[in-house]
Amino acid sequence: MDPTQITLVQAHAMLRSRQISARELTTAFLERIARINPIINAFITVDGEGAMAAARMADERLAQGTATPMTGIPVGVKDLFCTQHLTTTCGSKMLARFRPPYESTVTRKLKEAGAVILGKTNMDEFAMGSSNETSWFGPVRNPWDIRRIPGGSSGGSAAALAARLALATIGSDTGGSIRQPAALTGTTGLKPTYGRISRFGMIAFASSLDQAGPMAWSAADAAMVLQVIAGHDAMDSTSIRDDVPDYSAHLSTRMEGLRIGIPAEYHPESLNPEIGQALDEAGRVFGALGATLVPVSLPHTRHAIPTYYIIAPAEASSNLARFDGVRFGHRCQDPVDLKDMYTRTRSEGFGAEVKRRIMLGTYVLSSGYYDAYYRKAQKVRRLIADDFHQAFQKVDLLLTPTTPGTAFPLGEKIDDPVAMYLSDLFTINVNLAGLPGISIPCGSDSQGLPIGMQLIAPILKEAPLLSAAHAFQTATSWHQRKPEL
Amino acid sequence: MANDPLYETIIGLEVHAQMLTRSKIFCGCSTTFGAEANTQICPVCAAFPGVLPVLNRELVQMAIKTGLAVHGTIRERSEFARKNYFYPDLPAGYQISQFELPIIERGELTLDLESGEKKRIGITRIHMEVDAGKSLHEGIQGASWIDLNRTGTPLLEIVSEPDLRSSREAGAYLKKLRSILRYLQVCDGNMEEGSFRCDANVSVRRRGDTRLGTRTELKNLNSIRNVMRAIDFEADRQIDLLESGGTIVQETRLWDANLNTSRSMRGKEEAHDYRYFPEPDLPPLVITRERIDAVARQLPELPDAKAIRFSRELGLSEYDAGVLTSSREMASFFEETVQQGAHPKTAANWITVELLGRLNREGLEIEQSAVTPRRLGRLIGLIQSGDISGKIAKQVFELMFETEADPERIVAERGLKQVSDTGAIEAAVDKVLAENPTQVQQYREGKTKVAGFLVGQVMKATRGKANPAAVNAILQAKLSG
Ligand SMILES: [Zn+2]
Repeated sequence: MDPTQITLVQAHAMLRSRQISARELTTAFLERIARINPIINAFITVDGEGAMAAARMADERLAQGTATPMTGIPVGVKDLFCTQHLTTTCGSKMLARFRPPYESTVTRKLKEAGAVILGKTNMDEFAMGSSNETSWFGPVRNPWDIRRIPGGSSGGSAAALAARLALATIGSDTGGSIRQPAALTGTTGLKPTYGRISRFGMIAFASSLDQAGPMAWSAADAAMVLQVIAGHDAMDSTSIRDDVPDYSAHLSTRMEGLRIGIPAEYHPESLNPEIGQALDEAGRVFGALGATLVPVSLPHTRHAIPTYYIIAPAEASSNLARFDGVRFGHRCQDPVDLKDMYTRTRSEGFGAEVKRRIMLGTYVLSSGYYDAYYRKAQKVRRLIADDFHQAFQKVDLLLTPTTPGTAFPLGEKIDDPVAMYLSDLFTINVNLAGLPGISIPCGSDSQGLPIGMQLIAPILKEAPLLSAAHAFQTATSWHQRKPEL
Repeated sequence: MANDPLYETIIGLEVHAQMLTRSKIFCGCSTTFGAEANTQICPVCAAFPGVLPVLNRELVQMAIKTGLAVHGTIRERSEFARKNYFYPDLPAGYQISQFELPIIERGELTLDLESGEKKRIGITRIHMEVDAGKSLHEGIQGASWIDLNRTGTPLLEIVSEPDLRSSREAGAYLKKLRSILRYLQVCDGNMEEGSFRCDANVSVRRRGDTRLGTRTELKNLNSIRNVMRAIDFEADRQIDLLESGGTIVQETRLWDANLNTSRSMRGKEEAHDYRYFPEPDLPPLVITRERIDAVARQLPELPDAKAIRFSRELGLSEYDAGVLTSSREMASFFEETVQQGAHPKTAANWITVELLGRLNREGLEIEQSAVTPRRLGRLIGLIQSGDISGKIAKQVFELMFETEADPERIVAERGLKQVSDTGAIEAAVDKVLAENPTQVQQYREGKTKVAGFLVGQVMKATRGKANPAAVNAILQAKLSG
């Protein structure tokens, strides 16, 4: 048996019954990473030594009976979660040698639960991108076709999973950065409610939208990871105080009485017809499981992209001001004065997409433009959230495509920012409204590339969301398809 | 000129007061002043990637207290905002402040003008914000040092309406505001150390005009005296400019206390665009009515209320009441003195005349006084019980100041206790009458004024210790007998 080809749920059972040790499991994944990562570039940093040390400790816990469901589980973490003493780059030259003196809440919780962190996964620079091509450490390749992108910005986390380089990974989602790459790599990616998981130690892109989340082989696996990383954190004033339910216990295979809304605005003409067909088929599966499909409308959907591309860059322009060469990160050589240091440090340290968004954000916040852009965008954001609120008066969940197309070739959209931004057409609204959303595989196109669908739930309804995804995955096998590598 | 017959000066003040919280505004680092550079910092202070601010609750209490003390409206929902600009001692590249929704709006402060009138000065707003670090340019060539210890120190920015009309009013406003903050124990008010800082907005207009003139902003004012001098200088400069046909330019000017002049720092066109927007890392701050009421119940008695009580209940003059409430320390000195049993009016006199006179000569503050309120109260007690005379008490007071000894001990050791024993006084009187027959004769002939001389002689003979009332009575009796 190849231990890299099992699910998290299975691995946990095997660890607990001592059919495999955490060391054996970790060694298997490290060996596979050594073989496959050079092809797909999913990891920026592999921490073999740290992983083996964690695996030894996990074995002790398993032996002592103090193990949690995540003890001994090898995971990959997106490289924007600060890990104490382990390089955290955020995919940028700016932080290429940055070793944080503190631990993010997400990685601290994983470590405390006994998870084995294999390394840090590749990502678009500062999470700005939808193809993982903006990383200073080179693009990530899609395991389904290495000439294609894996999506972004959590492209490394998605590709690592699809290539079976970890049992689960952690991503972050600001406008679709977990769900879009999950869809393009045939994996399961959950963006929880804004504030469900602490942002402490997660390098900020757009603070009011950023949310960490699990990526896994199935909704059942994702539930186990979410269980560990969710919850209030005194270090993050925007984290939610509500108790964390037992997500795995809520998983069900039945959907009787569940009403699923199909928003009309999510089936535009630009939608790849194969994706449209896959969604129709998914709807029939849900119907067969006992759910009712209800047409709904989210009238402000078309304003999502312009709204997002005002709010996210505005916050980013401010969040990224701290990278000034003074205290950490890249500093230019021999600055002649302060202005020179700022200008060259930032010109050299940031890539083109990051600079583009800093300029966009600076512009929309400028005096004289603030009301026309930022303030108006905040109003539209409320309208978008109201749309969802209205829809959830009638339905329990919403079903939409995750992306308008399947994985596109490397280089195809990198010089066309607007085309790139449109990849997040169906995911951005969910961030603007702060809702939980999950992408799960629901088909493949004529070239065999994965198709993903998105389920959206009301605030803090991760349990029914995961349950519906689990029911679908019990009835279908799309999530079990594996790329040949 | 401050009292130019043609022009009126319009002044508004922005005060930055450092709050005396134990820890910084958004992290657990200490706020102690004067530690070695960069020893009181953490990843939050230094704005490392991914760290987040957590608001200090103690600061919110202090802001509510201050708001209540100036009769301001405390917003049920206020909001933090980011003020964006690049500077090496501003680690995040933005200052967390409050912009559109400050915690306090519409307060006021009453000034007691020298004319005896009272004047209300509006307070536009009070908001919370974070202090920056310090850039040091000394001792290094072609570079600067950055000390982030001060980064994260909580500030209240207190913005007045342009209601002040002279440098004297501005000075009085600052003294009053500082006194209130010290009463509340939220700020130490030290302008030299920068824990109480002031910028002044100044404009002039012809008397009778209702429109405001173009204003300039004055910075680097590190004492109340400098605030007043800079305002006078600026008003004169603007009037001269207008009189010679010039126009005022909206600008920021830096005061130079050594040269007694100001120079332009930056014009309107060079003004920063701070790109304010709501701070997404902190949820809006909600303050309930119950919380405000709880703070209100703990509010100490403030100077205005105290002064009214001192004059109404303790019978002090308005002037004395004003002096004795001008600082928290002064008021508690007075109150403790009275607690020792001293009559309030007597205590007020001793403090405002003897004690403050001596402290002024020594250049000391009341909290540095060698004579404690307990001892001063007991000294006054000795006068009231007739143990010493007022005149002797002054000698004792000076000795108390120098030796820091109890008044009873000084009186006993130096044998200053007043003689009320009539036998001893009678003997002294008899002796004086026998030695001064001429004056006795004159008295009996009707020149009763010589009694004063005779009393003096008796006091001299008893080295001032005889009870003057007893001396008088006995002398009168013997002379008329
Ligand atoms: Zn700190």
